[in-house]
Amino acid sequence: MTILEARRLALPGRLEPTHLAVEAPALVALVGPNGSGKTSLLHALARIGGAQGEVRIDGRDPSALAPDARRRLLAYLPATRDVAWPLSARDLVALGGGGFDEVATELDLEPLASRRMDRLSTGERSRVLLARALAPRPRLLLLDEPAANLDPAWQLRLMAILRDAVAKGQAVVAAFHDLDLAARHSDRMLVMSGGRVAADGRPAEVLAGDAIQEVFGIRREGPDWALI
Amino acid sequence: MTRLLLLAGLALLFAASLLLPVGTLASLWAQDRSLTLAILWELRLPRAGLALAYGAMLGASGAAIQALFANPLASPDLTGTTSGAALGAVVTAYWLGFASPLALSIGAVGGALGALLLLLALAGGRAETATLLLAGLAISALAGALTTLALALAPSPFAFYDAYEWLMGSLVDRSLGQAAFAAAPALVSILLLLRLRPALDALTLGEEVAQSFGHDVKRLRLWVVWLTAIGVGACVAICGAIGFVGLVAPIFARRMTGGHPGRAILPAALIGGALLLAADLASRSAPLGRTLPIGVVTALLGAPFFLWLVVHMRWRLK
Repeated sequence: MTILEARRLALPGRLEPTHLAVEAPALVALVGPNGSGKTSLLHALARIGGAQGEVRIDGRDPSALAPDARRRLLAYLPATRDVAWPLSARDLVALGGGGFDEVATELDLEPLASRRMDRLSTGERSRVLLARALAPRPRLLLLDEPAANLDPAWQLRLMAILRDAVAKGQAVVAAFHDLDLAARHSDRMLVMSGGRVAADGRPAEVLAGDAIQEVFGIRREGPDWALI
Repeated sequence: MTRLLLLAGLALLFAASLLLPVGTLASLWAQDRSLTLAILWELRLPRAGLALAYGAMLGASGAAIQALFANPLASPDLTGTTSGAALGAVVTAYWLGFASPLALSIGAVGGALGALLLLLALAGGRAETATLLLAGLAISALAGALTTLALALAPSPFAFYDAYEWLMGSLVDRSLGQAAFAAAPALVSILLLLRLRPALDALTLGEEVAQSFGHDVKRLRLWVVWLTAIGVGACVAICGAIGFVGLVAPIFARRMTGGHPGRAILPAALIGGALLLAADLASRSAPLGRTLPIGVVTALLGAPFFLWLVVHMRWRLK
């Protein structure tokens, strides 16, 4: 079933016209060097900043929906972990339209519930902000570097949570910098370069292809990556 | 509970503003009822109503501006809005020669709008504290200097003397009609600002997330700017520039809303109204033999609070 269909998606100067269709269930990993257009693609999908083109999620146009309905359709998590006002973790999660208790267990948030966002560590803040996006159980999750600032154990738990969401019928499009983490847990990998999709396919095929070498200037050397 | 206490305090201050000193008013009532009623209706009510409306407008717009700029040090006075409004009113009265409340209001709203749009152009949407304060300071200084210049070069040689009390901020001797000219736009602006609460709360997560929720951030910004200009401009036209209430009220209000910046608009309006009623009571009870301009009272109380905020709390009080 097609959960996301985007046509002629573009942001002037940042993203070339792009078509993208995602069949559920799917965890789609976006990889690419800094400035390659990962965030721009996520923005265009979330209808941020004057994006052109059409987006249909479950056949519905998010631009036509009021905030309440829209938050059940899609959630966007930006790469920045800044929060403008010192809300408690519980209140911050509620801003997304979902309940704190629904996600508190899987993200281990109970101890943080009444603590102010400005008094949390960056990693704790990342988890609360992730909870804000997950809690309404939207059909489509658009996550910009959800693994950033998380320790190795939490990175693995994050991927398990995302797999779980996918198993329940949600779709995830998420940008990652760790190629191996992305490849191990995703169903599909998009390599971005210069504001367009340079490669698209199963993670193993994409990593074995030429795109990674051309785009990043790195190559496989045994289990590691090395500069060319 | 806190809100009930706040409402009760507000009602008490309003009653006090109407009736104090009760003894004098009661003995006058025994002698001449129609005179007492005239005092209540024509002197006390406009004054208390103006204090309530102007204070509420400053509180509500302060909360909205702080939410919009994601900055606890933004307020109508520190952004140059009130100085811009004063300049607009002075130019309208002394250069264009229109002194009716409507003309003054239009001039003041124009000045306030100009100051806010200039600030947005200079400091950008989500301004760093330093940029915001410097841009606001520059606009205030420019508007202040131009106001002085406009008065100094005005055709009327009495312009300075005329405008002095008004410039300092004053609620005294306004008619019910004049009070309505300030209170009605303020009330409408506050009610419309309240409709922006969810969008302003969403801005806590950043402009991009607010947009992903479906809030049009550009339109939101224009709404806040217009409503602030109209409400504050109309109040400045009638009562002159009053500072610090718009800075202080939202900071206390957010303590009641768990930090939510949009939800703080209503409590900020109530606190703002209470603060200005209290400042007015203080201005007329000061044992100096005459009434102090209310702008002086709010500045005397507000400036040390502002200093304390800047020096000791920095970002913590957000």
